[in-house]
Amino acid sequence: MEKTRLFTLAGRIAGNLFRKPATVKYPFEPVEYPERMRGHVENRIADCIFCGLCQRACPSAAITVNRADGTWTINPFDCVQCGSCVSGCPKKCLTMESGYREPDTVKTSVTMIKTDNDMKEARD
Amino acid sequence: MPNRSIIPFGPQHPVLPEPVHLDLVLKDEIVEEAIPSIGFIHRGLEKLVKKRDYKQYTYIAERVCGICSCGHGLGYCLAVEQVMNIEVPDRAKYLRTIWMEMSRVHSHLLWLGLLGDAMGFESLHMESWRLREKILDMFDETTGGRIIHSVNQVGGVQRDMDFAMLNGILHAVDDIEREMKPLVRTFLHDYSVQTRLKGVGVLSADEAVSLGAVGPMLRASGVDYDARKLGVCAYGDLEFEPAVSKDGDSFARCEVRLNEIFQSFSLIKQAINKIPQGDINVPVKGNPEGEAFIRIEQPRGEAVYYVKGDGSKYLDRFRLRTPTTSNIPPMVSLLRGSQLADVPLIILTIDPCISCTER
Amino acid sequence: MEDFRSEIKKMSMSEFFPAIVHMKSDGWRLSQICATCIPGGYEMSYSFCRDYDMVTLRIEPGENEEVASITQIYPCAFIQESEAAELFGVKICNIKPDYRNGIYRIDEETPFRDKE
Repeated sequence: MEKTRLFTLAGRIAGNLFRKPATVKYPFEPVEYPERMRGHVENRIADCIFCGLCQRACPSAAITVNRADGTWTINPFDCVQCGSCVSGCPKKCLTMESGYREPDTVKTSVTMIKTDNDMKEARD
Repeated sequence: MPNRSIIPFGPQHPVLPEPVHLDLVLKDEIVEEAIPSIGFIHRGLEKLVKKRDYKQYTYIAERVCGICSCGHGLGYCLAVEQVMNIEVPDRAKYLRTIWMEMSRVHSHLLWLGLLGDAMGFESLHMESWRLREKILDMFDETTGGRIIHSVNQVGGVQRDMDFAMLNGILHAVDDIEREMKPLVRTFLHDYSVQTRLKGVGVLSADEAVSLGAVGPMLRASGVDYDARKLGVCAYGDLEFEPAVSKDGDSFARCEVRLNEIFQSFSLIKQAINKIPQGDINVPVKGNPEGEAFIRIEQPRGEAVYYVKGDGSKYLDRFRLRTPTTSNIPPMVSLLRGSQLADVPLIILTIDPCISCTER
Repeated sequence: MEDFRSEIKKMSMSEFFPAIVHMKSDGWRLSQICATCIPGGYEMSYSFCRDYDMVTLRIEPGENEEVASITQIYPCAFIQESEAAELFGVKICNIKPDYRNGIYRIDEETPFRDKE
């Protein structure tokens, strides 16, 4: 049994004055995201067949698919980035991308519309 | 004549950011009675199991709590797998073990940091959390999430780890192990830490068992019980002995958690050395019918998962008895007769996770 | 993990209390209490552990049937019994210490009870 000591961390604390910071100075320095990071969901709408499996797979009901209008809507503020929709997608057009979405002051949703061979993203 | 007063503790208190409320009945500075109340953030997640199908619910089980996320997902999957008689591939078992042990390291480092903070030893707090960041980075790289991993699924795991990742974990573990040494010396041998922790909140072995303490709380009182010894996942193939301490005070609980961090390092290394090649999940067909109890050792103690299915894709009942639920009765009993100034420390040493309790 | 016992014993209400006393004297510790709503009543599962074995005692009280609290024998049961009583509405009498249905600070009464 080692005996009781005083100032056991003093050396380290003094050393910290001369060490580089342990944190990244975000936002002045860019952050490197790892490849697997689940940041946000993206949809390559051109490949989407509007089957609605992602809507059913989503545990937080953030995705709405409307086959009649050909629209795919995600509410990023409800999304919990679990990746359930991505693993359930039969066309593999949904992907989980690294990096976070921009913060916002009001809740918005992102709607993607598929027109004939044409993609257009509308924000409401 | 002593003064009797009632002091409300929480639901917001600097020592822990989670809402637990205690009415402390004081006689001068001594706590006579502590009346707990919880439920401030009760989310009814156990009931949500009837509205989400059993595969989706894995993601919800994981989100019961941030720090215990890995274990909750794992425990839920194990329970469903037992009901459905699914044999998980060996590689998946090892991967689950590695992630589970990494989450134990990160949970214990978080607790050590909070302990430093509760004692007013801010450098200790920062140093512990700095080391924890390395584990979180490895989680981010291997699973895609820092604390909510979403890698467990019924039938195995979703993501594999390649050689570079396993190597990265070994490096991170070696780094932390090396840098932990001075911290261990401070936690175990520093004068100020010892005067703050020794003899505070003593729980004897008999009391710990009869009050239902679990996890490091139970082992710090000298009871040799660790649910990992049940051999779930790959724990049956790995060598370890439960970390036990005798004194049952706050210092012993700190010592047990420190020893468990090093035990986890050894388990991670053993698992990485032994990990077999092969599939990481098996396809799951059909719906669960029947019931099962599963016990796993979460960082905070033994958790019990109960799943009851009736053959439809929605489960009938999911029950999660979290370690903190079990540790609240011993905590209330420890508070009786303690000094008011020791109350935050005693509450902290049970490693309370109110979000888990209020799933 | 198959080496360790984990069984569920169903029993009637009258057998229940003696069985709990028996468990205590045999050195089992209380692991969990789980209430489940079933048609016409509840299903209460009391799990006990000794070393690495686990035994669950199960009773099925009717909707308005009173269940005696086991806190006299297992004092730590109060929090989980309160959970069953306050969230599911199981009629558990004589929980000691008596917090007068006040452990859970929730707005709705018995939110987990199956309503017709």
